[in-house]
Amino acid sequence: MRDIKIQVNDLSLYYGEKKALKEISMQIPANKVTALIGPSGCGKSTFLRCINRMNDLIPSVKITGEMLVEGVDIYDKNVDVVNIRKKIGMVFQKSNPFPKSIYENVAYGPRINGLKDKTQLDEIVETSLRQAAIWDEFKDRLDDSALGLSGGQQQRLCIARTLAVSPDIILMDEPASALDPISTSKIEELVHQLKENYTIIIVTHNMQQAARTSDHTAFFYMGELIEMGKTNAIFTKPEKKQTEDYITGRFG
Amino acid sequence: MENTMDIIENPFSKSNNNKGKEIKEKAVIGITQIAVLLIIAILFVILGIIIYQGRDKFSWEFISSFPTDGMTKGGIFPALIGTFILVIVMSIAAVPFGTITAIYLTEYAHEKSKFAAAVRFSIRTLAVVPSIIFGLFGLGFFIQFMGKGMDSTFNGGELHWGQPNILWASLTMALLTLPVIIVSVEEALKTIPRELREASLALGATKWQTIKQVVFPGSISGIMTGTILAVSRGAGEVAPILFTGAAYYLATLPGSLSDQFMNLGYHVYIMSTQSSDVEKTMPIQFATTLVLLILTLSLNLVAVVIRSRIRRKAK
Ligand SMILES: Nc1ncnc2c1ncn2[C@@H]1O[C@H](COP(=O)(O)OP(=O)(O)OP(=O)(O)O)[C@@H](O)[C@H]1O
Ligand SMILES: [Mg+2]
Repeated sequence: MRDIKIQVNDLSLYYGEKKALKEISMQIPANKVTALIGPSGCGKSTFLRCINRMNDLIPSVKITGEMLVEGVDIYDKNVDVVNIRKKIGMVFQKSNPFPKSIYENVAYGPRINGLKDKTQLDEIVETSLRQAAIWDEFKDRLDDSALGLSGGQQQRLCIARTLAVSPDIILMDEPASALDPISTSKIEELVHQLKENYTIIIVTHNMQQAARTSDHTAFFYMGELIEMGKTNAIFTKPEKKQTEDYITGRFG
Repeated sequence: MENTMDIIENPFSKSNNNKGKEIKEKAVIGITQIAVLLIIAILFVILGIIIYQGRDKFSWEFISSFPTDGMTKGGIFPALIGTFILVIVMSIAAVPFGTITAIYLTEYAHEKSKFAAAVRFSIRTLAVVPSIIFGLFGLGFFIQFMGKGMDSTFNGGELHWGQPNILWASLTMALLTLPVIIVSVEEALKTIPRELREASLALGATKWQTIKQVVFPGSISGIMTGTILAVSRGAGEVAPILFTGAAYYLATLPGSLSDQFMNLGYHVYIMSTQSSDVEKTMPIQFATTLVLLILTLSLNLVAVVIRSRIRRKAK
C-alpha cells in the first residue's frame, strides 16, 4: 500500500448537468510516471484538474466520489485546498510564466509561503533551476523577463517554478504539445529524471511520448476509464478493443 | 420584363433598381460625412474662439498671480491651486474605494450574485445622475448631516465642519467620479488572463495572494487610466462643488481641509454671471477656460495613451 500515492474511488464530475467523468476508480503508484491518454474531450484534463482541485474554480462543477492522496480525501471539508496545491504541483499546456523576472518566477511560490530570507531564496531558485536542467542556461540572466524566453524555455521555467514549492506530485497537462521536437525531448528527459523524487501524472496526445516516458498508462474514453496498466502491457497487448483501436490510430 | 432580361444578359449591369439603391447608399454616406465634418467644425470653432479670445491674457503671469482689483485684473493662481487640491483629495478618496469595488466585482462576486448585480446597477445609475444632484446630495449629506453631526458631537455645536469646505466638496466629487474609476479598473482586471491566475493558485497561493501579486500589478495602468479620467472629469465639473466648498474669492490659499477653495470652473462661472463688469473680465474668462481646457485635454490624452497600451498588451 505504501507504493500507492493516489487512490481514486468512484469519482464522477459534472459540469452543470453534463457528466464529464463517470465513476473513475484507479490507483496511481508513487514515484512513477503515469500517462493519461485518450481522444480529445474524453476528460483527461478534467480528471487531472480534480487531483489538485483546480476545478473548484469553475462554479458549475460538482464532484462525487473520493480522491485519496496518501489516504486523505482531498475533497474532505477539513482539507485546506491551499495545502493540497502546495503538495500537488501543476504544469499547464500553455506555458504561463508571470510577467516577472526568471528569478521572481521561481521565487514566487516560496515567497507566497512567507519565505523572505534572500540566501534561502537564492538557494531554492538555484536548486529548482538545476532540477529543471536550465540553471546553466539561465544563471547569468536571472533578472531578465521570463516573457522574453522561447516557448520551450518558458515551459521548463514553469516546471522549475513548480518544483520550487517542493511538491510530491506533479501534474502535467500536455506540457510539450506546443513545443518543437528538441524542446519536447528535453521535457521528456526532465520527466524521466524527476520521477525519482516525484510522482508524475502526464496527459499526452502523443503515443510515442506516453510509451517513452511513462511506467503506467490510463486510457480514457468519453469520461470513462477504459483500461489502466503497465505502459508496456497497454501498448503491446491491451485488454480492451477500444484501447487497441486508439493506440493503433484507428480512431481519436 | 426588360429589366429581368437585362439581368440575365449581364448580371453586372446597373439595373434601375440597383441605381436606386446606389443613390440611397451615397446619400447615407454623404449624411454621415456631413455629420462628422460638423462635429469637427464645432470643436474647432469652440477651440478657436477660446484660444483667440484668451490668448492675450494667457501667460505665466496669469497662471501664477492672484486676482486683483475686484477680480477684474490679475491672475487665477488660487483657482488653479484650489482645483489641484480638489482633485487630489478626491482621488485619495475615490481611487482606493473604486479599486476595491472593482476587485470585488471582477474577482469575488459570483456570476449570478444578486448583490453584485445590484452594485453594478447602482454604478450605472450613478454614472447618469446629473451632477447638480450630487451637489445637493453633498450639501444635505456631507455638510448638514456629517458636518453638523461632527460639530455637535465634538465641537459642542460650534460651527466648523458643518459648512462648505475642501473635504466635503472633494468627497462629493469623489462620488461623481466613482463610476469612471470602477469601470476602468474592472476593464483592466479583466485583461489579466485566466492562465496567470491559475498558475498562481496552482502554486498554493490563496485568492487574495493571487490578486495582490499577479492581478493587481497587471492592472496598475488601468487604475492610472481610471484615476486620470476621473481627475479630468472632476477638474471640469462645477455643479457638485457649488454648494459644498467652492468660494467666490479668497485672499489666501486654503490651509486645511476645512477651508473653502477657489476653482477654475467656478471662477469662469462667477466671472460671467456675478462680475461687476462682465465685458471687462471677458479675456480673463476665456483665458481661464483655456487653462482648464489644456488641463483636461492633456489629462485625457495621457489616459488614452495608457489605455491603448493596455489594449495592445491584452492582445
Ligand atoms: N469549464 C467547462 N464547462 C463545461 N464543460 C467543460 C468544461 N471544461 C471541459 N468541459 C467538457 O468536458 C469534457 C472533457 O473535457 P476535457 O478538457 O477534460 O477533455 P480532454 O480529454 O482534456 O480533451 P483535450 O485532449 O482536447 O484536451 C469535454 O466534453 C468538454 O467539452
Ligand atoms: Mg485537455
